[in-house]
Order: sequence, then structure tokens, then C-alpha cells
Amino acid sequence: MKNSSSVSLSLFDRIFKPEQITLENGHTVLRPRSRTPLIIICIVLVLYFSIIMTGFNPAIILKRGGQLTKILGQIFQPDPSYFSKVWSPLFETIKMSIMGSFIGCLLALPYAVAVSANINRNKVLLSILRVILNIVRTLPTLVIASICALVFGLGTFAGTMAIIIFTFGVVTKMLYESIETVDMRAFEALEASGAGKFQAFWSAVFPQILPTYLSHCLYSFEMNIRAASILGYVGAGGLGILIDERIGWRDYNGLGTVLLSLFVTVFIIENISRFLRSKLS
Amino acid sequence: MQYKPTVIEKYEARPRVWWLYTLIVIILAILLGWSGSSVEFRGVTAKGSEVASGIFFGLVRPDFSMLFSTAKEGVPYLLLETVCIAILGTIIGGILALPFAFLASYKLMPKPVAFVANALILLIRTFPSIVWALVWIRVTGPGAFCGVVTQSICSIGMISKMYITAIEDLDVSILESLDASGCTSFQKIRYGIIPQLIPNFISTIIYRFDINIKDATTLGIVGAGGIGAALIQCINSRRWTMVGSFILAMIILMLIIEFFSTRIRSKLARGQ
Repeated sequence: MKNSSSVSLSLFDRIFKPEQITLENGHTVLRPRSRTPLIIICIVLVLYFSIIMTGFNPAIILKRGGQLTKILGQIFQPDPSYFSKVWSPLFETIKMSIMGSFIGCLLALPYAVAVSANINRNKVLLSILRVILNIVRTLPTLVIASICALVFGLGTFAGTMAIIIFTFGVVTKMLYESIETVDMRAFEALEASGAGKFQAFWSAVFPQILPTYLSHCLYSFEMNIRAASILGYVGAGGLGILIDERIGWRDYNGLGTVLLSLFVTVFIIENISRFLRSKLS
Repeated sequence: MQYKPTVIEKYEARPRVWWLYTLIVIILAILLGWSGSSVEFRGVTAKGSEVASGIFFGLVRPDFSMLFSTAKEGVPYLLLETVCIAILGTIIGGILALPFAFLASYKLMPKPVAFVANALILLIRTFPSIVWALVWIRVTGPGAFCGVVTQSICSIGMISKMYITAIEDLDVSILESLDASGCTSFQKIRYGIIPQLIPNFISTIIYRFDINIKDATTLGIVGAGGIGAALIQCINSRRWTMVGSFILAMIILMLIIEFFSTRIRSKLARGQ
């Protein structure tokens, strides 16, 4: 049991003095005051401020909620004749995400190795590479896509580039975190027995991370199908163009068709990928 | 004498699934060949290189007057609005997800109820958040409020999925021992269930907040408030120094929030 004198007091405990309890054997222990009230007060203040800031007003929803049910009702009556127009952008979306995921995952592997602290011992290089990774990773997909659309022109190529950059960021982050938790003793043993850094990595670390890497790749492919479907909104090809157009024309039955086909595609791909990932682990 | 294979022999006799590898390579090659047909490089647009260099210089030399102005068009105000959208959206989503999670747990509910609730969750998850935002705009009109509503709905899917895992991982033996020591149902919930669930739930909400901050910047592009709208306007009108200051501010904000959320979540996971 901690002695009362050895308990270090944080700022909170200094303001709200801990309760002193005398036990039956004469020892005294300190019981810190509960922090829950303080946390709740903070949350309420933040909530209040956010409500004012965003103009939160549930009355609007109650008043105009009928609009939403009307739109949703139309979305759930997809227009079957519109299917013929959905095929080609749908396949474009799938193609964009296959290509983008593949290239992005390939690029992520060497970069993830370079930003793992246990393999790259050069502190300066490591932090420069990390900063670049963080910039790439935190940019929202749509922003990347709209910049790509400006640079490469409207169309699927811009979308593919956006997905490559996006996949690269996500997979590198996940991968370097798993590389850093890898068992490094085999690596050191190989280095000690005269293997070069690359040889040691290839035969000691790579087999350990390969299943994780592949499962990250599949996972990112799953995400990319969803992400690719909205890229068209900024002109980067795929289903997003149709989504934007249908909503613009208030043709919610057509929108329903687009969403239904997207849903079926995502469902099939997620199940295949989940099956493959369960085989990997 | 028993025959003992050497290491080399063992290694040579390792199971080989070369047919599997060949199959994977062939499938990948077919997929890539198929998808390569539509993704063709048509060169950089006439203004493409100008755009690329503009963004680069914008990031290096951001517009500092925008970064520190307190006006409504300034970066701090827009960032604050984005954060507020994400906070409200996440918390409302977290609360709305509670009934969904309990209804969709196959362990607690009869099968038909759980199936319907699961279908609803799947439905919410399928619509991209942009579609939700565009639909909600028709109801609430453009602005931050639309962003809040969109995020609350979109968060339900993931949060309730993670709630369900937490609920199904409950340690039931604690309830039995509470039962044995003569606790009432209320006491069992208060001391047996809530302490187990709360850390998981809070951790989920913080994780979703992380995602929502990123999402909130995107939602602005369709007019749902926050920093996205201003950013996309600047990109389209090619004011690179302003783009640079927006992007820099967003990156810094997200890194700060990610840092704190990872710390809080690892503390929660260790039970402090």
C-alpha cells in the first residue's frame, strides 16, 4: 500500500485536497477527490459553446424532417432504368481503387521501413520523413483529389493519383507501427553474423510483417472503394460525378440506383477481403 | 537407430504452395491489366505544373495574416467551427449509437430485432458521408448545423459497431459474484456493468472524434460548414498562400488532436 507521504500530488489534488481516512490500525491514507464532476463541467461548457458556435437548432429538424423522409423514401425506390448508366462509372471507380491501392501499397512498404525508429537509426532523417508522412496523411482525400484534378486534368487519372497518395499515407502509418513492435532479436542476430542491413531485414523482419502488410493492403482497398465513390464530386472520375449530378437534378430515384449499386459492390468486396484477411491471420 | 533429418533437409522439405502464389500473381496481373485500361496518363495539364509549384510555395510561405486573424474568414475561427462540428457530431452520434448497439447485439436481443438493427447500421454506413450531407442540406440549409447533423448520423455506424464488441466482451462472472453477495439489479448495473463499459465507450468516442475532425474538413466542400468550403474556394481561385495557411493549420490541428487522443486512449486502455 502506498504511504501517504509518497503519493505525489498533481495540480488537481493540490486544489481539491484529498480526503484523509484513518484506518483501524492507525495508518492514514489519502483518497483523491473524484475528478468526474470537473470533467462533466468541462464537457458541458464545451458542448454549450459548440451549440452556440454551430447554430445547433433541433427545432429545424422537427419542422422540416418531412423533407428528409421524402428524399429517403425516393432513394429507397431505385429507378431500374438508370442502371445502364451506372455501369461504366461503377467500373471506373473499381478500376481506380484497384490501381490506386496497388501502387499506394507498393510505395508504402519501403517508406514504412524508412520511418520505423527501430530500423532507421538516423534521428534527423527519421523526423524529416515523418513530417512528410504526416502532411500527406492528414490531408483530406477530397482536398488531395481536387488538387490532383487541377494538376492532371479532370478524369480517372487524377482520381487514381489521389487514391495512391491517400493509400500511401494510411498504409505507411499502419505498417510502420507494426514494424516497430516486431521482434528485433532475429534481426540483431543476423547482423551479428555478418548480414547486411537489407539482408537482415529481408530474412528476419519481412516474414514477420508480411501477413500484417497484406491485411493492411486489403483493408485499405476496402476503404478505397468507398473513398473512390465520392472523388468524382471534385471531378476526379467515378461514381461521384453521378451522385453530384443526381442530387443536383433532385432525381433521388436515380441516386437510389447509384447508391444501391455502390452498396452491392462494397458488400461483395468487403466480404471477399474479410475472407482473405481471416485466412492471413 | 532413428533417422533425424538435418536442418537443411527440413528446410528443403518445407511445404511449398507455389501454385497458390502463381494463382495470386495471375489474378493480380489480370486485375491490374483490366484496371490499367481506364487509367491512362494524359500528361500534366497546361497549368498543372504551375498549380503544383503554387501549392508547394504556399505551404512554405503561408499567408500569416490569415493564420492569426480573428475575423470570421480567418483560419482560427474556421478551425474552431470545424472542431465544434466534430465535437457535437461525435457526442450526439455516441449517444444515438447506444440504443442501436444494445438492439443490434445478438447476445442480448432476439434474432429478428438484432437483424433489423444490424441492417439499419449497415444502411447508415453504406451512404458516403457526402451523400448524407447533401441530403441533410435540403433539410437544414447549408451551414455548420448541417455538418453537425451529418456527422451525428454518420458516426452511428462505426461507433455502434465498436459498442457491440464492448458489450459482447463483458465479463459476466463479475455479475455472478455481485449476485452472490446479494446485490440488487441496480447495484449490479452500477458496479458490474457500467465500470466495464465506460472506458471502452469513451475510447471509441475519442477515436471517432479523431476521424470526424478529418471528415468535418471534407464536409465543408459540399457546404456543411467548417474550413473545407473556404479551402476549396481558395484552391479553385488559385490563391496559393491562403491554401498554404489553411492546409498548415489543418495539419497542425489534426496532429495535436491525434496526439492527445492516442494518449488518452492508451491511458484508458491501461485503466487509469
